[in-house]
Amino acid sequence: MSSLSVADLRKRILYRGSPALVWFTLVVLLVVFSAMAPGLFTSKVNISNILSDASILIVLAVAATLILAVGDFDLSIGAVLVFSGILGAKVMIAWDGGVGTGIALGLVVCLVSGAACGALSGALVAYARIPSIITTLGVMGLLTGASNLITGGVDLRGLPPELTRNIGNRSFGDVVSLPTIVAFVVAIIVAVIIRSTVFGRNTLALGSNAEALRRVGVDVRFHRMKVFALAGMCYGLAGFLSLAKYSTTTIAGHSNDMLQAYTAAILGGSSPFGGVVTVVGTVVGVFIPTTLQNGFVVLGIDPFWQQVAVGGVLLVAVFVQTYRKNQR
Amino acid sequence: MILTEPLLEVRDLEVTFGHIQALRGASLTVGKHEIVGLVGDNGAGKSTLVKAISGVRPADSGQIYVEGAPATLGSPAASRDLGIEVVYQDLALASHLDSVENLFLGRQLRRGGVLRALGFVDRAEMRRVATETFVTLKMTVKDLSTPVGDLSGGQRQAVAVARAAHWAERLIIMDEPTAALGPVQTEQVGKMIRRVREHGLSVLVVSHDLPQVLDICDRVVVFRHGLAVASVASGDIGVRDLVDLMSGAEAADEEEL
Ligand SMILES: Nc1ncnc2c1ncn2[C@@H]1O[C@H](COP(=O)(O)OP(=O)(O)OP(=O)(O)O)[C@@H](O)[C@H]1O
Ligand SMILES: [Mg+2]
Repeated sequence: MSSLSVADLRKRILYRGSPALVWFTLVVLLVVFSAMAPGLFTSKVNISNILSDASILIVLAVAATLILAVGDFDLSIGAVLVFSGILGAKVMIAWDGGVGTGIALGLVVCLVSGAACGALSGALVAYARIPSIITTLGVMGLLTGASNLITGGVDLRGLPPELTRNIGNRSFGDVVSLPTIVAFVVAIIVAVIIRSTVFGRNTLALGSNAEALRRVGVDVRFHRMKVFALAGMCYGLAGFLSLAKYSTTTIAGHSNDMLQAYTAAILGGSSPFGGVVTVVGTVVGVFIPTTLQNGFVVLGIDPFWQQVAVGGVLLVAVFVQTYRKNQR
Repeated sequence: MILTEPLLEVRDLEVTFGHIQALRGASLTVGKHEIVGLVGDNGAGKSTLVKAISGVRPADSGQIYVEGAPATLGSPAASRDLGIEVVYQDLALASHLDSVENLFLGRQLRRGGVLRALGFVDRAEMRRVATETFVTLKMTVKDLSTPVGDLSGGQRQAVAVARAAHWAERLIIMDEPTAALGPVQTEQVGKMIRRVREHGLSVLVVSHDLPQVLDICDRVVVFRHGLAVASVASGDIGVRDLVDLMSGAEAADEEEL
């Protein structure tokens, strides 16, 4: 009797999926850190820090969610971010017209170059039919090398101070920064696209059964490429936000982004096998690595432990997903 | 032999996969309002013919005519635009999406106004039309918002058949529509095929269920080794003869003589 109900309960938790798991994990983390560092962790400054740290990662994780929707992986996240950030920075540094125009140009360059990098990966995956993991591994190497060649491996400085003052560090009520707002707007837009538009529904259908979609007359290759380009544009936006926040390119600072973005998305309940995603879950998922990192810093624990914890949490999430898939 | 004016004419289709010649000059005709059965042993080339007509895997050579006009069926969209719908052997459903979304897969209805331009789907309208379609076809799909991957094999088949029936304007091709079904649902599909014809469509059914084929079809075409070897009115032939034609027993007999 009781074993039956336990099995039933377990099944229910697994079927409801990891959105429940991700909320639970986040609440546990918040409670534990609040208890261990009461004044510090819950201070306005610290909450603002967590939100700010999460902003760039939210944009990346939402893009990763799009890629998961079509059943692919994109390892080039950090590399595209850095590369498009360098191009954007070059433009902003070189521009000698008005500061506002220069910053706007920089943003456009980041977005366009990010989309172009995504389209390149997407074209190779869709038309050359190279598995996305391998394609994006190649693109990652390509772009990382290009970034180092352009900069000589030294971070670019001399960005307009207005970029940081008016965008990166602009804060509302001392808690919510402009990048945080941008990140949430991006998440909402992508969530609406996936939920309610033809593009979004076809994206899920593509991840669920690409051949079925092809047979009803949809150009699935072009669609896959567009999804990669859209994700790339998000990496480019993240690159711009990163410039605004740190007022320099952070060439060496994004090798961990890909792991964190996918951890967030998969932890949030998006399937690594395509066809099922939740942007809301992804956003909640982002706060797991972010809160861990912040909490460890606040508690004075070596922040490298955060990587260990994030990797472990990812494995749990994938295990749950796989288990659910096998239950079908 | 063909009882009505021809709707679809296929002539001398050839399809080669590496060393395998799946179709070796296959020809076939389906008349208007006609239900034609296509039978043949495993590997005879039936599914290959279906895919050639639907543009999923276009033929290497040969001609296709739709209502007398030459048709180039080089892609699924081309065949779709001519009013041809297919229920594939593997059903071609997106298992994570529900019945409504599968019915409108790749052809979603859109909201009006600005939202239309932005590509917003009209969920409520799609649900209404889907419900209507299932009712018209007398199909019972339990819960329209369950992912089709969680439906029974029979219900999945019903969704695939309903999709074809909803969109087809001229011809529905079904590749083994009853393979996964129990006797009751097989009977249902049979009735549905007749109902589709009453709505003015033609049907080409690929099936291994010879008694059912003889029961519901006007005419039966037999495939063997990538060729149509016979086309007979279903009243003029029995299961035994069909099996002989499929296996080439007659030919063998002749050779022995
Ligand atoms: N994609 C493919 N690649 C290689 N060979 C193929 C492919 N599709 C079909 N064939 C071959 O073509 C021949 C005809 O296959 P087809 O699927 O058309 O047979 P069928 O009559 O539908 O058989 P069944 O009754 O088993 O469904 C077979 O020998 C098959 O192995
Ligand atoms: Mg077949």
